[in-house]
Amino acid sequence: MAQFRIPGPLRRLSDGAVTVDVEAHDLESAIEALDARYPGFRDRLLDENGDLRQFVNVYLNDEDVRLGSGLKAKVQKGDEISIVPAVAGG
Amino acid sequence: MPKVVGLRCRECGTEYELQATHVCEMCFGPLDVVYDKAGLKKIVSRRRIEDGPKSMWRYRDLLPVEDSVSVVTLGEGFTPLVKADRLGAELGLRNLYVKNDSMNPTNSFKDRVVSVAISWARAHGFETIACASTGNLANAVAAYAARAGLECFVFIPVDLEPAKVASISVFDPNVVAVRGNYDEVNRLCSQLVESTPWAFCNINIRPFYAEGSKTLTFETAEQLGWKLPDEIIIPIASGCQFVRHRQAVSELIEFGLVRSDRVPAFTGAQALGCAPVYNAFVSGADRVLPVKPDTIARSIAIGNPSDGVYVNRIARETGGVVEAVTEEEIVDAMRLLARTEGIFTETAGGVTIGVLAKLARAGRWKGDETVVAYVTGHGLKTADVLASANGHARRVEIEPTMKSFREKVNI
Repeated sequence: MAQFRIPGPLRRLSDGAVTVDVEAHDLESAIEALDARYPGFRDRLLDENGDLRQFVNVYLNDEDVRLGSGLKAKVQKGDEISIVPAVAGG
Repeated sequence: MPKVVGLRCRECGTEYELQATHVCEMCFGPLDVVYDKAGLKKIVSRRRIEDGPKSMWRYRDLLPVEDSVSVVTLGEGFTPLVKADRLGAELGLRNLYVKNDSMNPTNSFKDRVVSVAISWARAHGFETIACASTGNLANAVAAYAARAGLECFVFIPVDLEPAKVASISVFDPNVVAVRGNYDEVNRLCSQLVESTPWAFCNINIRPFYAEGSKTLTFETAEQLGWKLPDEIIIPIASGCQFVRHRQAVSELIEFGLVRSDRVPAFTGAQALGCAPVYNAFVSGADRVLPVKPDTIARSIAIGNPSDGVYVNRIARETGGVVEAVTEEEIVDAMRLLARTEGIFTETAGGVTIGVLAKLARAGRWKGDETVVAYVTGHGLKTADVLASANGHARRVEIEPTMKSFREKVNI
């Protein structure tokens, strides 16, 4: 089991849940599992081509998945997957 | 009738009531402030601006702070637009200007955005101001929170330059030094924002904060005699201010403040050690892929720039480019600006001037174009990079005697 951390703007979809446990072998299947439990997540996280939306950052155990294998990133038992909106700054 | 009517998603157009939030629930796109433009058109004029204070608040009608609000100000903005003839002569540009925004109260461009953000936050009942920062933002937030008498938390990377840490700490904020880089600090703060009642300048109140950037371009146009330049060179970190400068040009045209409706070319500057926007610009990609920053231009070292896609879109649409320079070119450019114009800028300014010089030497301009470079922070913030780079080439040490002077100084 891996655990999603759901950000505030998306908690309406998860009935207010801050964390959601899923069974998955990679990030793509984790998102499918999340969407199966709480429909709507897939559309919010992925664009029409099935890629991560530009303004969605996903961290697998603190590492930005786009710095690694993206949606193909392997997910293991006990992993934490955080969804974080992009922010400005400097 | 309030002039700010709500927030709207830049991507999908979903509208939201006025509140401290920065991200669209539908698509995660950034939210922008929506003004009552019809109402503003009745009052905005050059005369009204020229009669205003000698600070960025002369453009108050175009900022998201209602007239009834008492603003938190240290006299930010209305910084010098310097005609850079000696630098221009070296680069073959006869109408080159440097907008010297290091002349702000805490010596960086960030005073503009923070003055707006904290004014908005205080008026909306926030008691604690916070931010994630590469240094300059934390400096401004700490100063303006002190000025406003509000609690302050600043989150900085643990290895921030000592000069920056000192100039933040003097204002007595709570400084949280995070063992990670800026992108990691930012990520922590975007999770914290959900569990604290704080106004994070660059996160939940970003829509208001970002609007302050526009004043830099408003001033540039006013100081040029209500004219727009042919090209503007802007440093790129998150890309947030780049987007607002483009918006500022649209507003100058829309409100009839400038004579011509020709949009300047918008050119972005990055350090090669952290160039995610440049990488995407050069490869023609729609997406901006994150990088791990490694550059002396710390104040603009954002590896995961939120507005990167918009920067490239704007640069392409306006005929601008995004260019990047090496660490050596950054330091050379800091020296070049200092030697020719008497302006000491930090490494981020070295990036801007470095890109200006690189493009000029590559023949980008004929010579009579009006080009403006935005220099956004003071050199004392990053003086340490000069000490290790042959900073005293013309220094001699002598005895306090005429003899020693004649021997050692060859004049």
